Amino acid sequence: MDWSVITDNLPFLMKGLSLSFQLAALTTVLSLSLACFIAIGRISHRRWIRYPSAIFVNLLRSNPLILIVFWFFFLVPLLTGKHVGEFWSVLIAFVVFFSAYFAEIVRSGIQSVGSNQIKAALSTGLSYPQTMRLIVLPQAMRNVMPALVTECVIVFQGTTIAYVIGLREFLHSTILVTERTVRPVELYLFAALVYFVVCFAGSTLARRLEKKAIRV
Amino acid sequence: MNYDFDWSILWEEPHRSRIIEGLQTTLQLSLLAWVLALGLGILIGSIRMSNSRFLRIFGSAYVELFRNIPLLLQLFIWFFVFPLLLPRDWMLSWNRMDNVPFLTALIGLSLFTSARVAEQIRSGISSIPKGQLDAAYSTGLSNVQTYRYIVIPYAFRVMIPAISSEFLTIFKNSALTLTIGVAEITNTSRAIEAWSFRGIEAYSVASLTYMATTASVVIFMSWLEHALRIPGLIGKR
Repeated sequence: MDWSVITDNLPFLMKGLSLSFQLAALTTVLSLSLACFIAIGRISHRRWIRYPSAIFVNLLRSNPLILIVFWFFFLVPLLTGKHVGEFWSVLIAFVVFFSAYFAEIVRSGIQSVGSNQIKAALSTGLSYPQTMRLIVLPQAMRNVMPALVTECVIVFQGTTIAYVIGLREFLHSTILVTERTVRPVELYLFAALVYFVVCFAGSTLARRLEKKAIRV
Repeated sequence: MNYDFDWSILWEEPHRSRIIEGLQTTLQLSLLAWVLALGLGILIGSIRMSNSRFLRIFGSAYVELFRNIPLLLQLFIWFFVFPLLLPRDWMLSWNRMDNVPFLTALIGLSLFTSARVAEQIRSGISSIPKGQLDAAYSTGLSNVQTYRYIVIPYAFRVMIPAISSEFLTIFKNSALTLTIGVAEITNTSRAIEAWSFRGIEAYSVASLTYMATTASVVIFMSWLEHALRIPGLIGKR
């Protein structure tokens, strides 16, 4: 064991970790916003909105993330006609993939709000979009906060998959250093520790929120 | 977008036999890992419900450890780190075995999933109303009998959706094992794409596999859930 390999390469590894955090944060924000629209589409009364939303969600939820990443890495240059780089191609794939999961969480939140709230809001003269934005979604988000936090942890764990198309996030940086220094034991265990600390903090927060929600 | 479709490429050798091999590997790996994960998960789940403080802490540590490290990294640790930590003789005989990637994938997938199953088991068992247990004991059933006749039949039914969704999770997660060289179906698709540049056709094979399997498992499990329902509990359909 020679742990100096970690201190020597710390700046390089931290650059990877910061890219992982950026990817996870951007994915969460963008896919959660997209998910609100899909979730509202899922419960729409109009079939031509409801069916495509349901197909979108089920299509993505029945495929592995790594395959979606490959699909977009191949499809994005084909559709746009130019090379957009690993980061954008991965970001698009992640946003599309995780918006399906976030949409199901938001939908269960919306359904937990109850139709009386919607009726009351509509009867005060709010329009349907206003009702959703001002009355339903804020309550829905609060109700599903623990599940949203858990999903954020899953997004962060998912960023490791960006390694397969060569994005230099934390796992890929670790692998690159390993290939150069041939110290797999120290480096992989260090990476595991870092991921564990971040994800454990996230899942502990989710558990706290859940306990608090039950008490109220 | 201009793209000439050529689906016939999928029937041509060597792609056709590769696809068949990939399908077999994906199914084998995920079924085996699922069975192992269920066994281990039930064990760890029961440990977490036990009266011994030491066992409970061990159970929680196990679950947290495997849940909070990304699966991809866990696979790399089993593949690259674990053999190095073994005694020298064991390491040599491990490396001499056939199909080390498949075995590594099996270990990695089942341990990762067993932690998730353990959580499902625990929430399934704690969903049983305490009155049921009191009633069982007061009719004179022993501890073992209570578990055999009251707890397990009840908890099992409550957990059917969770157990089937764990199968689907493990089935999709098996795609990650391509990174350590398992020739499963996503790996096959990628190889065909790299060989022929026919990405849409190649990735469709893998996507259709996952979607068809998901659909059949969902349909079968909702039938099973309906057939085994406890009257008045899940019988809303």
